[in-house]
Amino acid sequence: MSEADMTTGTGVPSFAPVPTSATEAQVISRPSLSYWQDAWRRLKANRRALISLWIVVGLLLFTVFGPFVWRVDPDDQDLDQISKPLGPASVATVATAFEPWAGVYNTLGPLPDTSVAADRLLAPAELVAVGEATTQAVRLSWQPNRTAPGASGWRVYRNLYHPAPDHALGLPVGEILNPAETGFEDRLDLEPRRYFYSVLALDAWGAESSDYITLSVDVKRVITADEAVAKGLADDALELAPGDSVELAFHPLGTDYLGRDMLARLMHGARVSLFIGIVASFVYVAFGILYGAAAGFAGGRVDQLLMRFADFVVALPFLLFMILFRILFGVESGDSGIAPMLVAMVLLSWPATARLVRGQILQIREEGYVGAARLLGARSAWLVMRHMIPNTMGVILVTLTFAVPSAIFTEAFLSFIGMGVAPPTPSWGSMCNEGLKTMLTTPHELIAPALFISITVLAFNLLGDGLRDALDARMRSTE
Amino acid sequence: MGRYILRRLVQGVITVWFIATATFFAMHNVPGDPLQSDKAVSAEIRANLEARYGLDKPLMEQYFIYLANMAQGDFGISFTQQNREVNDIIAEHFRISAALGILAIAFAALGGILWGALTALYRNRLPDIVIMLLVILGISVPGFVFAGLGQLGVVNLNAALGFTLFPVGGWGTVSHMIVPALVLGLGTMAFLTRLMRSSMLEIANADFLRTARAKGLPANRIFRKHQLRNAILPVVTVLGPSIAAITTGGFVVELVFAIPGLGRYFVQAVQQSDYTVIMGTTVFYGAFLVFMVIVVDIIYGFVDPRVRLE
Amino acid sequence: MAEGAVQAGSRAPLDRGALLQLLGLGLAGVVGLGALLAVLALWTGSGAADGVDAATGTVTLALSEEPPQLDATRTTDQVSGRILGHVMEGLLRYDARNRLVPGVAESWEIGETSASFRLRADAVWSNGEPITAHDFIFAWRKALDPANASQYAFILYPLKNGEAINRGQLPPSALAARADGDRTLVVELERPVPYFAKLLAFPTYFPINETFYRSREGRYAADAEDLLYNGPFTIARWVHGASVRLEKNQRYWNADAIRLNAIDYAYITSDANASLNFYKDGKIAMTGLNSENLRDALQNRWNIRRFTDGSVFFMEFNYREGRLTRNWHLRRAMQLVNDPAELVYKVIKVPGNLPGASLFPVWLKGVRGYFRQEYPAPTTRVNEAEARRHLQLAKEQLGLTEMPPLVMLTGDSDSANKQSEYYQNVFKRRLGLDIKIDRQIFKQRLAKMTSGEFDIVMAGWGPDYDDPMTFGDLFASWNENNRGRYANAELDAAVDTARSSMDPKVRMDAMAEVQRILHEDAVVLVNYERGSVYVANPQLKGVVRRAVGTDPDFTHAWIEAPGQPSDLAATEHPSAEAEGHAGG
Repeated sequence: MSEADMTTGTGVPSFAPVPTSATEAQVISRPSLSYWQDAWRRLKANRRALISLWIVVGLLLFTVFGPFVWRVDPDDQDLDQISKPLGPASVATVATAFEPWAGVYNTLGPLPDTSVAADRLLAPAELVAVGEATTQAVRLSWQPNRTAPGASGWRVYRNLYHPAPDHALGLPVGEILNPAETGFEDRLDLEPRRYFYSVLALDAWGAESSDYITLSVDVKRVITADEAVAKGLADDALELAPGDSVELAFHPLGTDYLGRDMLARLMHGARVSLFIGIVASFVYVAFGILYGAAAGFAGGRVDQLLMRFADFVVALPFLLFMILFRILFGVESGDSGIAPMLVAMVLLSWPATARLVRGQILQIREEGYVGAARLLGARSAWLVMRHMIPNTMGVILVTLTFAVPSAIFTEAFLSFIGMGVAPPTPSWGSMCNEGLKTMLTTPHELIAPALFISITVLAFNLLGDGLRDALDARMRSTE
Repeated sequence: MGRYILRRLVQGVITVWFIATATFFAMHNVPGDPLQSDKAVSAEIRANLEARYGLDKPLMEQYFIYLANMAQGDFGISFTQQNREVNDIIAEHFRISAALGILAIAFAALGGILWGALTALYRNRLPDIVIMLLVILGISVPGFVFAGLGQLGVVNLNAALGFTLFPVGGWGTVSHMIVPALVLGLGTMAFLTRLMRSSMLEIANADFLRTARAKGLPANRIFRKHQLRNAILPVVTVLGPSIAAITTGGFVVELVFAIPGLGRYFVQAVQQSDYTVIMGTTVFYGAFLVFMVIVVDIIYGFVDPRVRLE
Repeated sequence: MAEGAVQAGSRAPLDRGALLQLLGLGLAGVVGLGALLAVLALWTGSGAADGVDAATGTVTLALSEEPPQLDATRTTDQVSGRILGHVMEGLLRYDARNRLVPGVAESWEIGETSASFRLRADAVWSNGEPITAHDFIFAWRKALDPANASQYAFILYPLKNGEAINRGQLPPSALAARADGDRTLVVELERPVPYFAKLLAFPTYFPINETFYRSREGRYAADAEDLLYNGPFTIARWVHGASVRLEKNQRYWNADAIRLNAIDYAYITSDANASLNFYKDGKIAMTGLNSENLRDALQNRWNIRRFTDGSVFFMEFNYREGRLTRNWHLRRAMQLVNDPAELVYKVIKVPGNLPGASLFPVWLKGVRGYFRQEYPAPTTRVNEAEARRHLQLAKEQLGLTEMPPLVMLTGDSDSANKQSEYYQNVFKRRLGLDIKIDRQIFKQRLAKMTSGEFDIVMAGWGPDYDDPMTFGDLFASWNENNRGRYANAELDAAVDTARSSMDPKVRMDAMAEVQRILHEDAVVLVNYERGSVYVANPQLKGVVRRAVGTDPDFTHAWIEAPGQPSDLAATEHPSAEAEGHAGG
């Protein structure tokens, strides 16, 4: 710096040289920031990345400690509450144990007449419910129509809505091929609500009479004392008398298609999805580092050979081979299918990291500061510790953060086409796959796992962005 | 230049051979085989079936026969579609996957560039925030959820309109393609939008743009000639790999929209252990991808003067 | 800093100009896309019609998969069977009420060990050539020829020398079937076969024109033009993997009775939701429902129909040496905690499925009426205490203190997943028995079933013909499909009795004996009889659903013009709406 630079146009010096010794100018007055301290400082300044970091930490806590807090077995099937949406716990009335029903046989009933076509048949009469209609069973009985005899059988429909005005009878829950049997017991997926039952007559060829009779039935939710005890809802069966109320198991996020607790399954599913996402990425990135570093350090012919092989693996169509390998490694009985998926993912994904690391190593080896450090007498260990590691670690860490969401997506995709984890192991992908089918009627089965996948993928992506900004050595000078 | 292309092609052929070998041995080590059927058959019939498909020969012999046939472009006859040649199957179904893929890429590229430029233009203002929120959605929601929701949306739309604006699925007319292609392109579009945005912002600070401004060039001209054009370059680079991702990522969309594409066919073939179809499809896709990468590299050499092909 | 200020100052004009430029770019892009679409449109083709079209008599439907094999001698699957049932015809066929009626044969006589058929004079192939007795003999020899490796050859074993030919012990020409002139077919039977007539409607018994077959040089049935048709319809267009279109065969001898002009399978999809969406959109005339979309169907107030497809699903045990499941107490313990009603009503949740009680489904005919009404199935009530006692006895007999986990082999379909997860939980909860689910893709599961790598396998069986024997001989020691290798001389003897006697009472008594042994020895645990519910366009009439034979059968279907009162049509054709169970 010459003196002239520090003067203004008037020639009057604005600045006077500070009379200090040369050594004092070299003293670093602020505390020195290490690479990682600096990175952390910059990451903290990035609000989105910081929130993402907390979300990732939260997800890990949810996965690791969640099951200790919410102690519900994810495989436990609560068949009284299948596909229950989220909401407060239901209450059931205690009832006596289910006893098979002998049915209603009308011994004096008319004989079937195969010559009577359906259009000459009329609906049966006197349709009534036998006993109390409960979620165990709804029992109906009726009388053959005396004015239009000759029915060969009966068909029973059940609807959630009244059949009028367009004769929408609903679900054909029962079919009776014996005209003397004039009763029907409905046990199909009964819920505590009002149902409309319709009964009509069939001719010998199964055609229906256009005439039908409808009965509305209110179904009550019941549970037997023994079931209540078995499910841990009551201590002693003897304390429960028929008519008492019992609060059923509480499922904060509802249940799935087999009555399993969604929250517990999401927690255990997180273990699978995050495990695959994180472990697979770690393993293949680690392998890629070793492979790439080996190639980069060795150089020459070995490097050529190793990288050519990596090129071949890169050329394999990823999803096709993912499916192939998944089948090749197979799933033994009782296995969750996580291991084969991990192996397949690692086998196919390592070359990208290997290429990256090799490129970095080759590049850093030639960097001026490495040469300068070497000239200043730095030993290899110092070079590796001070220059190689920090300069590649950033890239590797960023790769890793972006690898996690793509691994989670791959797992979800495989589960979607039915080649993911084996049941009953839950994973977010397989839960989504199941949920997608019931999207219209029970959306909570899709929304919860889809939300978890999205949040996780998003958090890792934003965290990756933040890390790249914070760690990338070249980015440090800009901004 | 010619030598470069030749070298790349030779490498490509070796790569395809590698893929073929990997697939062959992977396939033949999978337990179970395509000749199993619901009804058990006697040992005599089983032996006849094996002889018909050449499965009675030693594995290495089968491998060399397979390589020799493949070199002549013959992938054999399907095990499940017992009267069809694998070549015909690939030709018929790939055409459909390709049409879907091209359209999806077109949607993704157009949308990505436009939205990306728009967000950069309106940085940190409402349009930017809204679009980036959508981009985040596009990146973080799995493709099959989009596919399911997309189909549901079409059903409801048609019901509301009272006529079929877009078919719910199937294949045949242009209207069959639009919704599946949009769904298929969504993820890529979100990715490209993000890329375009950051590329635009990076270039906004570039020296040549500063120079252009200093020269007093009109802002419109700077925007079009310098910023937009240069920002698109990185987007073009990733289009190559995106094509690969989209053609294979078509599986889910083909499944959900009942499109008779090759991806859906491949999944079925794997479930049926249809050796010949699996091998044919994998080798074909592998060769296709290798070829696409070579083509993109060469094109890039023309587009970007900084890249020299040696 | 200064630069930022300049930028800020010029922001507004840049915005507007740039925006306009972007708009221009976008417009150009959209135009480009439009051009691309136009090119793609040329590349693909035309669209599909509505689900039903009364004016042209066309019904549009979806197939679950591409028909894999339309060579009747080699076909094994349902989809191919459905197409073949419409475009081909055997000696006999089923009518709208599931009765056996004349097909190519106008009359026949079936004795104990011989049969003769008189072919109708007006039965011709779609190229105009008459159908002769030689066409049947050629097809049957082809099917039995070991070189053809037909997996359904066994269904021709009742023909004399059939089995020996198929095993390569006799040449195909040794088949005891001869043509007495072009129009008379005479066959000899290996032994008395009480249900022989019912076999004749089966695809493996369909005729093939030898000259045509040879002219295709190995491409027979590969494409629409590689087949000769003799059924009510022909394949007019077959776009592989995409669609199959059937059109009325004007040369069919009974063409006047066929009312549909075309059956267009315009979509091929195995996705239940996609299929339902096609139906909602009016693009197809019929679709199956599953437990997931039943509520949706109710909300739409559709007319829902049910039907039992005839198949029975069960858990089969492995009786190979060294398997724990050889122990009766263990099997009995599992039988005592199995509650098929819970499975059907809480897990499957689709009406039409029946809780399994016997290997013999309810629709099978017995001596006079239904077999199951004449011979009620023995039942077991869930009894956990008794089950645990049997499990304890099993442990003692096997010398085990702890029962190791049992391997349950199952498929990879959604329903297989659900059911295996349910049963895993049931055996754990009620019996404390650990089950390892071994979920495998189709061919791998079959390979494991064949080699016996399982303790329990979730399996099913569909009927090939309308007689209790189609289920009854499944667990005979000689049956290759007896995957668990169960062997019981008493059961074998009963099957033998039912196979060789011509007296219905003796036969059904023997079948009832089989039913009793299967239950008492806990050979299989029957889970359910499969049924389904479906919706169909109200204008589509006369579709026949059946357990045995072509299903669904559109041969006798017709489309009612919109607005026409439905009961009027029903009066005109009172017999056509035959849905429900198969019958002979």
